[in-house]
Amino acid sequence: MAVRPLLNVPREVRAGVAFEVRILIQHVMETGFRRDAVGMVVAQDIINRFECLVDGEEVFSATLHPAISANPYLAFSARLARSGTMVLRWVDDRGMEGEERVDIKVS
Amino acid sequence: MLPRRGFVLMAAAGAVLPAGAWAKPEEVEALIRAVAGGAVPKAGRVRLEVPELVENGNAVGMTVSLGADVPAGAVLTDIHVFADGNPRPGVAHFRFGKLSGGARVSTRIRLATSQTVHAVAVFADGSCWRDSVSLLVTLSACLDD
Repeated sequence: MAVRPLLNVPREVRAGVAFEVRILIQHVMETGFRRDAVGMVVAQDIINRFECLVDGEEVFSATLHPAISANPYLAFSARLARSGTMVLRWVDDRGMEGEERVDIKVS
Repeated sequence: MLPRRGFVLMAAAGAVLPAGAWAKPEEVEALIRAVAGGAVPKAGRVRLEVPELVENGNAVGMTVSLGADVPAGAVLTDIHVFADGNPRPGVAHFRFGKLSGGARVSTRIRLATSQTVHAVAVFADGSCWRDSVSLLVTLSACLDD
């Protein structure tokens, strides 16, 4: 999906102090329970997996089900001891992948 | 295009709105026991925040966090969320890694009807805690339009 997510991550943080990461990804999150005008089931298409890592170390990850609203929003927190690159990535049922990278400076 | 006759046959076969395809409270309890490793999670430590009266089931703000009764040193690893009145009981499974800044997560969920939402927290020592909120949904998440 070409549309970039809304991402809220501080670029500079204090070492050992927790900060919040918020992301809103544009995605229909089709549940697989709806039917189109002629009664055919609209195939499920949701972001089923989301991960947030910094230099390969896990911050937070989520396995999502159709009960997550369209344009999924996730807010969680991280705490870093040294500067690094935060990678946020996700994949949907069609195999479409998204990724955002943010360099975070720890002082 | 699906011919009208085909649609009518499908409807007759129960395919249009599959009855019995919904999550049941017993099913959710079984899933909770499964994530708790067979144990029955105790009430406490984890706090599930959802509105008790939901006007729009399509996007219900939800926050899961830890309560004040968590002993120092307890490390949360997983939070599972289930909804017992949705077509499928699973909502989400969150994992908190080494660089997590605190066991707290917010998102928005869909609720098909008035029901009970459950959050189960699993700690690194294997102990499990739960919180449940029963809520009223006035406009359900649309399933069929």
